[in-house]
Amino acid sequence: MYKFDAIIIGSGLAGLRAAYELVSNKINTAIISKVYPLRSHSIAAQGGVNAALANNENAKDDSWEKHACDTIKGSDYLGDQDAILKMCKEGPQRIFELEHWGCPFSRTDDGRISQRPFGGQGFPRTAYAADRTGHAMLHTLYEQIIRINEENKCLTFFNEWLVTRLIVNDKTITGIIALDLKTGNLELFKADAVIIATGGAGRLYGKSTNALINTGIGLSIAYHAGADLKDMEFIQFHPTTLFTTNILITEGARGEGGYLLNSAGERFLANYEDSKKAMEIAPRDIVSRNMIREIKKGNAINGQYLHLDLRHLGKNLIMERLPGVVELAGKFAGINAITEPIPVEPGQHYTMGGIDTDMDTKTKINGLYAAGEAACVSVHGANRLGGNSLLETVVFGAAAGEMAGKYIKTNSKSQISNLECDEALREEEKRISRLFEGEGRENAFNLFEELNRIMWENFGIFKEDAQMKAGQKEFKNIKERSRDLRLRYKGKRFNFELYWLLEFLGSINIAEAIIAGAIERAESRGSHYRTDYPKRDDENWLKHTIASYSQEGPKLSYKPVALGYVAPAERKY
Amino acid sequence: MKKINFKIFRFDPEINEAPYFDNFDISVRHGDTVLAGLFYIQKNIDPSLAFRFSCRGAVCGSCAMHINGKYCLACETQILELNTDTITIQPLGHLQVLRDLIVDFTPFYENYSRIKPYLVGKEPAPEKEYIQTPEERSRLNNIIDCTLCGACYGACATAGINKEYLGPAALLKVERFLRDSRDSIANERLRIVDDLHGVWRCHSIFSCQEVCPKNLSPAKAIAEIKKKLLLKKVKR
Repeated sequence: MYKFDAIIIGSGLAGLRAAYELVSNKINTAIISKVYPLRSHSIAAQGGVNAALANNENAKDDSWEKHACDTIKGSDYLGDQDAILKMCKEGPQRIFELEHWGCPFSRTDDGRISQRPFGGQGFPRTAYAADRTGHAMLHTLYEQIIRINEENKCLTFFNEWLVTRLIVNDKTITGIIALDLKTGNLELFKADAVIIATGGAGRLYGKSTNALINTGIGLSIAYHAGADLKDMEFIQFHPTTLFTTNILITEGARGEGGYLLNSAGERFLANYEDSKKAMEIAPRDIVSRNMIREIKKGNAINGQYLHLDLRHLGKNLIMERLPGVVELAGKFAGINAITEPIPVEPGQHYTMGGIDTDMDTKTKINGLYAAGEAACVSVHGANRLGGNSLLETVVFGAAAGEMAGKYIKTNSKSQISNLECDEALREEEKRISRLFEGEGRENAFNLFEELNRIMWENFGIFKEDAQMKAGQKEFKNIKERSRDLRLRYKGKRFNFELYWLLEFLGSINIAEAIIAGAIERAESRGSHYRTDYPKRDDENWLKHTIASYSQEGPKLSYKPVALGYVAPAERKY
Repeated sequence: MKKINFKIFRFDPEINEAPYFDNFDISVRHGDTVLAGLFYIQKNIDPSLAFRFSCRGAVCGSCAMHINGKYCLACETQILELNTDTITIQPLGHLQVLRDLIVDFTPFYENYSRIKPYLVGKEPAPEKEYIQTPEERSRLNNIIDCTLCGACYGACATAGINKEYLGPAALLKVERFLRDSRDSIANERLRIVDDLHGVWRCHSIFSCQEVCPKNLSPAKAIAEIKKKLLLKKVKR
């Protein structure tokens, strides 16, 4: 058994930023992650991070208030305005802090942090480190964690441990149980506070830009333990992912002036009412839908994909600002992005929903916090603007670390006995050994692939009642079959069949919450687009969906959106 | 579709007395990567196969391994571009095998943390950002792209025989901070690597730059550091 004051699950940007806060305050902390540090999906963020620094010569009049207004509008008014104000106000401070820590941001001619235009933003306010901003930020944070821990020596990394269960007693977190992938043993960790920073659930979808590890299991363990999920039906689709592999091509490529072209070489976004003005830098949901419409019209290249064309930008600009795009297009599509257009299609990209938290990252379980993509504060509402997720990770990662630290120092802890914790461990050991003993007919790999197909086909860019209900029926069949799983490999050490099986069991819980929320929400808002209800309906649906776990499936309820700063209006670009 | 033989290093130190190779024949299409091949085998043929993965897009550095004689990332290695019928896959060198293609990165990360791998900014820190000209910033181009995948460490003959040697990735990081106009502890950084197991242990074999998936040259970084150290030592 291990004992820490605080445990952070996940070592991406939100987790590391939370850790920085805790370690600075000399709180005995563990970071538990299923991968080594720096392998988390934050590393893949390309385009940048928003903050109203007003560094760009075209952004002299920018302010954090304007950033907030753009974010509120971008969220299609589902974002909580108090949380958005906090994020945008704190933004510049968090970016300067990273810069002071060594983050290699790209520069303006006079040596300040350079900022580029991004979709849905009134000013160029996206700070970036070429097109590898996530990499730059994550390495910087990891480096500074090493520094602060050299001083304070209170942080332990548990790399390649998969957390399978939270222990909650009397609505208070008391610990977690994790599987050491190396040994195959389950271990008990007692803790006064736990922060979930496990990222999103993109890999529920067949076509996704996300790392393979983004299965949503972190959301699932919290949900199972009694935390609520919020707004799970809001799934973002990114317009430009490489055709077939769905590797992300940054929005920065369009921010820098790249064109989207159909098979006739035409900038087709001009032909659609909602994108004809902003064109390529209209928000992601709008561009993705118009791309699918264009493909369905028969205007795709080879009937399957569209072109992202950078050629007119010239080699120098491309190599200076978008070198990662050139590398990815070359390696994964065999395309020279300087001389050839890049074949792209929309793909799943971001989970706007997540574990329901308040502005202070608190969940409804005492001592349990969530931050980053795993959480739903909510600052993205129905549609996230590019560049806001990296900002969210550092603003709310820091908040989670601060709040958890305060909680540890001030609250009386749950007096759970070792006996009760041991009991929880034994139950979890039994669950895992039942999986080993199971003689079922199904294997998790196949079921996961079926789940991916069901989600993409029925709960994707366009949704409609009958189709979703057909998808739900197929899902129920998968869920039923998931009770009949079998492990072919019985070894304990690095058993990836067991790993994927546990990930899959987590994923179906999350998929079920997405499905329930999407079927109920009879309107179109942001990324949630229903052909049978194509209009936003503030009268009935300006509210958050809350899903609570039950054995029979999600129990839905609704709660109000925090308004008061900007009144909902039509979202026009 | 083409039939390709995957010849994969297998070892469970708790069960096997010695490592061995397993052979799997799989059908491959244009666009399939070595990582996709490994997943195909794990899902459909042998679920006991163990290897690391995460981003599958050449940015996270999880899947560095030895493929047909060269260290590279499995996720960005196109099978058909290898132009062979047999692909031999082994784990990273110089690190203890935990199982199959998974090695223990602990010594690698320990080396990394020995070099003060963090910026210590000039004091006092400005209210906003440090001013860094585009020229100063351009000195960080490429060198900041290291993912710590370990390919250079696996390929480095010196790292193989000297466990105390800091190794190419850690030394590259030192040069990254030496180049940063915002950093304030250059002398301390140079002191750390001016050591028998620091830069002087590098024998300029250049394997690191041959294998780096990001086209970096730790060898060049080490040479730059040696030059700085020498210039400090010579009598003016």
